Amino acid sequence: MTEKNVIQTVHDTLWEAMVADERVVVLGEDVGARGGVFRATAGFLEAFGERRVIDTPLAESAIVGVAIGMALHGLLPVAEIQFADFIHPAFDQLVSEAARIRYRSNGDWGVPLVVRAPYGGGVHGALYHSQSVEAFFGHVPGLKVVAPSTPYDVKGLLLAAINDPDPVLFLEHKKTYRLVKGEVPDEPYELPIGRADVKREGTDLTVVSYGLMLHYCLEAAARLQEDEGFSAEVVDLRTIAPLDRETVLASVRKTGKAMVVYEDNLTYGVGAEVAALIAEEAMFDLDAPVVRVAGPDIPAMPFATPLEHFYLPDAERIYERMRELAKF
Amino acid sequence: MATRVEARAAPRHRSLGLTDQDVLAMYRVMLTARLCDEAQFRLNRQGKAPFVVPVSGHEGCQVGSVWPFQRGKDVLVPYYRDMAVCLAAGFTPRDVFLGVFAKRDDPSSGGRQMPAHWSSRRLGIVTQSSPIATQVPHAAGIAYAIKYLGEDAVVGCWFGDGATSEGDWHEGLNFSGIHKLPVVWFCENNQYAISVPLSKQMAVKDVAVRAEGYGLEGVVVDGNDVLACYEAARRAVDKARAGGGPTLIEMKTYRFHPHTSDDDDRTYRSREEVEAWKRRDPILLFGAYLKEAGLLDEEGIERLRSEVKAEVDAAVDEAWNAPDPEPESALRHVFAESREGFRPVRWSRA
Repeated sequence: MTEKNVIQTVHDTLWEAMVADERVVVLGEDVGARGGVFRATAGFLEAFGERRVIDTPLAESAIVGVAIGMALHGLLPVAEIQFADFIHPAFDQLVSEAARIRYRSNGDWGVPLVVRAPYGGGVHGALYHSQSVEAFFGHVPGLKVVAPSTPYDVKGLLLAAINDPDPVLFLEHKKTYRLVKGEVPDEPYELPIGRADVKREGTDLTVVSYGLMLHYCLEAAARLQEDEGFSAEVVDLRTIAPLDRETVLASVRKTGKAMVVYEDNLTYGVGAEVAALIAEEAMFDLDAPVVRVAGPDIPAMPFATPLEHFYLPDAERIYERMRELAKF
Repeated sequence: MATRVEARAAPRHRSLGLTDQDVLAMYRVMLTARLCDEAQFRLNRQGKAPFVVPVSGHEGCQVGSVWPFQRGKDVLVPYYRDMAVCLAAGFTPRDVFLGVFAKRDDPSSGGRQMPAHWSSRRLGIVTQSSPIATQVPHAAGIAYAIKYLGEDAVVGCWFGDGATSEGDWHEGLNFSGIHKLPVVWFCENNQYAISVPLSKQMAVKDVAVRAEGYGLEGVVVDGNDVLACYEAARRAVDKARAGGGPTLIEMKTYRFHPHTSDDDDRTYRSREEVEAWKRRDPILLFGAYLKEAGLLDEEGIERLRSEVKAEVDAAVDEAWNAPDPEPESALRHVFAESREGFRPVRWSRA
């Protein structure tokens, strides 16, 4: 066990994967000489050489498209999109190609591809370095979308993603990179993609979240217990798609109250899917309407501090909504 | 007459290293594609085939360009016009019509995709989609993997002139040039992206000049001259296999039919223009060459035509009577159903 932050865990896990299997290569903008703008691949070029650590032209569609080709021919590429905000030129390659290649070839071809993308806000990233893109891709069958929130989950899920025969979009919340630390086993291990994790057990209400918000939810839940004596269960989705319906439903059936917290825009987001699932499957277990706490429906997170704070839910705001729901 | 034939025609294919059997086989594939095309349009008009993608006019450039590739080793990344590429690579007329009728055993997709979206892992043909030029970065990535793994294979990637306007086309060729990858890029320039003529697609006369921008060699050939296409492709494939990097080959040709069975080309092309190109039909030209070379006479051509036609007709019947996909099978193959065919990573301590 070693205590690490999220970005160090990403770095070390990728390193482990590169050492374990020569089929693993990394490619993206500035992943080589610069070692990645967040230093996820620092030292890789020196250790593994430029054949395996590929500084690509500034062309996101080609980063994903070329990686698809590599995956079709026996490699296990891990492509980096520098910021999730820049993934949109590669939307077609992810949605129309990577996600459909197995389906459209009737199972003949497969794409064992990982695309890593730092996402999320709270870092003064403004409109184009703060975006949450999970809802776009969570909507696409054939694509797995993973968004871990702790170093332990990052390692287990990243190794599982690299060892998965299908394409995985691996979303790393960039504010957690240096903010969140945790114990990480030194030996390799995989965690199942598609399985949520109960990060805090409770009996009075269920809070479903992921990424940075998960940590704010845990903070709010601790305070709710202390101040008001309400016991909140906090479910970390970890995987956005395919969604772990069982874990969410089991928790809601136990507590009878549900809240979904995410920093993406409110409408048509992960909250809508989770709320619909609960409405369809656990309606009669509910003692209160499902609550969504999310970013407002404005095009983006603005730069100025007061504007950014206005956008991003924090522990205080989440606490207030949890208290309301608990007292309902 | 006979002396003239011996004097000039015969040596051309032999000087390219092709045997008499080779050129007869090439001609047969071209003819097979043409007759499959005629049959699928007939079936379309009869209401038996909802949508077909024609190949007629492109048979020469397709067969000539694919011929130097080695089956079982090289990787082919075609687009939807490439029926003759796939027939040369091992598709049968039955395979073609299983796709046309969207049958369970359609090798490309089991009836999931529109017809002419070719795929067969066994034959080294990579699955493609409908959005244009998306296969170009894939071909570059496959070529990167080939080079990385130290294999002796070459990738062939085909597309139309329309594809060269797409960002993916630029990004893929650029990547191939930077890494000097074993890939040959084939542009089947038929002068139109559906209805948009070349003059409204690009301000240059030849697609091939763009190669310079990527550090590649660019070549222009007569796409209706199968041997010219073969010669250019052979040289590029050999060069790629020897580590000499990619080549862009522009094969100037023409499609005789509308873009697809849903298009009406009378809205954008004159009948005179189409007729003029039909006089340069690659099958007519190659037939004339084979006659001149003394390998076939008119009677031989007719015999071959009826033989291939019988084969195509039988394939149509067989495919028509083949089973449809099971409705619930639509749910399959979203993700891998097993780990079979995927070699997992064996983790070890770093």
